[in-house]
Amino acid sequence: MKQTPLYEKHVGLNAKIIDFGGWAMPVQYTNVIDEHRTTRSAAGLFDICHMGEIEVKGPQALDLLQLVLTRDLAEQKSGQVKLSALLNDAGGIIDDLTVYKMEENSYLLVTNAVPKDRDLGWIKSIQEKRGFDCVLQDITEQTGKLDLQGPRAEEILQKFSAADLKALRFYHFCKTHVAGFEAIVSRSGYTGEDGFEIYVRSNVVGQLWDKLLSAGAAVGLKPCGLGARDTLRLEAGMMLNGQDMDETTSPLEVPYGWIVDEQKEFIGKAALTAKKKSGLTKKLVGIEMIGRGIARHGYKIFQNEREVGVVTSGTFSPTLNKAIAMGFVDAACSAPDTPLEIAVRENRTAAKVVKLPFYKRLK
Amino acid sequence: MAKPNPQDRYYSRDHEWLIYYSDGTALIGITDYAQEMLTDIVFVDLPEIGRRVVQHATVAVVESVKSVSDVFAPVSGEVIEVNSRLEETPELINQDAFGEGWIVKMIVEDPEELNMLLTAADYEEMLNEEKE
Repeated sequence: MKQTPLYEKHVGLNAKIIDFGGWAMPVQYTNVIDEHRTTRSAAGLFDICHMGEIEVKGPQALDLLQLVLTRDLAEQKSGQVKLSALLNDAGGIIDDLTVYKMEENSYLLVTNAVPKDRDLGWIKSIQEKRGFDCVLQDITEQTGKLDLQGPRAEEILQKFSAADLKALRFYHFCKTHVAGFEAIVSRSGYTGEDGFEIYVRSNVVGQLWDKLLSAGAAVGLKPCGLGARDTLRLEAGMMLNGQDMDETTSPLEVPYGWIVDEQKEFIGKAALTAKKKSGLTKKLVGIEMIGRGIARHGYKIFQNEREVGVVTSGTFSPTLNKAIAMGFVDAACSAPDTPLEIAVRENRTAAKVVKLPFYKRLK
Repeated sequence: MAKPNPQDRYYSRDHEWLIYYSDGTALIGITDYAQEMLTDIVFVDLPEIGRRVVQHATVAVVESVKSVSDVFAPVSGEVIEVNSRLEETPELINQDAFGEGWIVKMIVEDPEELNMLLTAADYEEMLNEEKE
């Protein structure tokens, strides 16, 4: 298994280590509920060094990204982050990734860990085929990434940040120094809380990890693992690539219509247009359990003895104290409050469709 | 660190414990080591009273936030009681796996099956081997 630069830190903190897509990652240090609640009430620090970073630079960098990504980036300003989807020819989601515009003709793509090589290969093949004048570079290994998330995140990070974080808006970033290290600080995340994604060189990420943890301890900061990251993102109604969607999933079937800009041309668009014309057969929805039981990935969904879908993510929600899930259902069963039954082992457990997200923080 | 394994009961290789009473019934739960591995238990799926289970078959299911784990019947028998407090407070297993967190009570069909179970000392030895 691959290890992040922080692997020894996790072992030293007695973390439970799991294989996440070929990476040895901490799933929890204490327990998921504690880490989850810590992030909601104070702040959590997450090792996200496994995620991919790809630079795209050159006179035709924007042309290439406009062609391979669903989001219209023409109006994107330097310092802005945009979530986008990368589609195959059939309109299926290869990855959902964030695009950082560093300056004119210079972009950073932040990808999911597992599909990173697939993303890079796919984008490169398009670039070569079309002869776009730009260079792609995988900088994942040189890059360390920490997510500092929660209501106390700003206060903790400000102790180290040269930039004034109050002035940094959601889904914006700045190039600055954090604890003296060159850094990119982005106000964004995968938890539904206020917080930051921090990028530094991988050889200093261990020092930054230690500094943040010791300075943040006084306000309740704790290291948090992938277990809490998963329950936090699910409460916030965010999908997980490879679990809630794969290359057979259309962005129209999941709550990603908003990152598809149909007024521009992009790879996969023809397939999406055709799909729209023929009508969607399934949709990803939020599900709340009514009966006792927890829906899990792969459990079947029924309505009146008829199989109508499958659960893609499910857990016990530590914030709401009930079982929540996401899953694909027949489009006819996708309206809020539609009654469903989830096959939990030999039982059918009552559930219903609910609007996403399950949790929204108070601003 | 897990609590010591009480001497008054049997253990299974799957981390269940069983107290055998003179009236031929048995109380069953999971060990403190097991609850430590599972961490935050948020749901327990209990069997119906009267269900008959064979040795090593699933008698209950314990779920943490991340995982779903079967509780296997250490012996064959009929479920005569379940710990219904676990429906509202599944964390009783985390707090007191060997006591308040018991899961089911069964009538033991064949006391001979108890011979296949471990003593507290055997169980500890097994845990030590697993750690190595």
